[in-house]
Amino acid sequence: MQIEPKPDACRVPTQRKLLACPHCDLLQFEVDLAQHHDAHCARCDAPLYRGTRARLDWMIALTLGSAILFLVSNLFPIAVLKMAGAYNTTTLAGTVLALHHQGRPIVAALMLITAILIPACELGAMIYMLIPLRAGRIAPGVPVCFRFVRAAHPWSMTEVCLLGVLVTLAKLSDMAIIIPGIALWAFAGMIALFAALRASFSVRDFWAWIDALRCAPSTDSGV
Amino acid sequence: MGREDRPVTSTASRESAESAAAHGLVSCLACGLLCRSPAAPGAIRCPRCHACLHPRKPDSIARTWAFLITACILYVPANTLPILETRSLFGSQSNTIMSGVILFWNSGSWFVAALIFFASIVVPLTKLIALALLLISIQRRLAWQPHQRTRLYRLLDFIGRWSMLDIYVTALSVALVQVESLTSMRAGLGAAAFGAVVVLTMLAVQAFDPRLIWDTGNIPEEPNA
Repeated sequence: MQIEPKPDACRVPTQRKLLACPHCDLLQFEVDLAQHHDAHCARCDAPLYRGTRARLDWMIALTLGSAILFLVSNLFPIAVLKMAGAYNTTTLAGTVLALHHQGRPIVAALMLITAILIPACELGAMIYMLIPLRAGRIAPGVPVCFRFVRAAHPWSMTEVCLLGVLVTLAKLSDMAIIIPGIALWAFAGMIALFAALRASFSVRDFWAWIDALRCAPSTDSGV
Repeated sequence: MGREDRPVTSTASRESAESAAAHGLVSCLACGLLCRSPAAPGAIRCPRCHACLHPRKPDSIARTWAFLITACILYVPANTLPILETRSLFGSQSNTIMSGVILFWNSGSWFVAALIFFASIVVPLTKLIALALLLISIQRRLAWQPHQRTRLYRLLDFIGRWSMLDIYVTALSVALVQVESLTSMRAGLGAAAFGAVVVLTMLAVQAFDPRLIWDTGNIPEEPNA
């Protein structure tokens, strides 16, 4: 039930593990880290790995919280624009549709992928990996999910999107009345939680939990 | 968040600065596991996360050049074609990236003007020039300032995504400003070109392998077809 790295986990034969820097390929020994500290490369200062940040429960709470806020921010309108008695409103997906109708499929696809699809899949993959882990199981396909989360990371641009929304609202407020919608607040909250989740995710701890489960004598776990 | 992250240096590695590739070891770029590379060249997978392992990213320089040159070509229409066309009762107006920035500046919103200028003009240009510099320095096998060049690569990796700002501004403006007959906005072709530039430069940065900066002495052969 409890997930704690066991001292006799199968992949830790010696005390001093070697690792190579992803940016300069320098071979170096791992060192033990205090909580909230990062290890950097001895030569090029690239971030190598992070010490334990947060417990699994904390991470699951952040993931579920950002998933709920993400749903809210996609279902409700971002802002209402009032101009000379007429008004118009849009959701996040509405911007994609508007671009599509105007014959700009590339811009519409960029918006759809980077602001909606990839963040949604990233959150889904995190939930899929973390919740079974909490229950003492390893979800099938964890390596694929993990690689997806790593590869999708640069393409999930919710924070850039939020800045874009704020700039647009500031710009349009000169020519019309702008009322921010619920989705805008939810979106901002989602980004804060999502950033906290990313900051608390330690790749090293994650695999240590998985390795501990894999090497544990299978009493009740199905895998 | 907010805690100081101290660089941790392991003393053992300082004395003998050796690359993992020289020892026949491959580091997994997805999960960080260090693996022994096989004697015969060929793709192997990480035993932990099943990612494909390469001593260096395959065809890194050629791929980066390809993305970079395509981005350079598209950079011209991205800056000359209009990204936003506004039609109102008083006539129509089309704005390129630069004229949009000037419009903001003249209307008094200096902060927004500076933000868009930085994200849409400074960042893409920096990326194009800096990546070309990095590639040329590697192809000439210069041992010049490897620390600074690696830091430059990390900077490019970090700032790349913020260029998308203008795309989001365009997308939301277009969706919100559709007030029947009064005013309407359309995304121009420049927006598509600009979006493509941002994606291509991000792909170029991802295809680039910073470890090549440090491989000036002995280049490990890449297993490729």
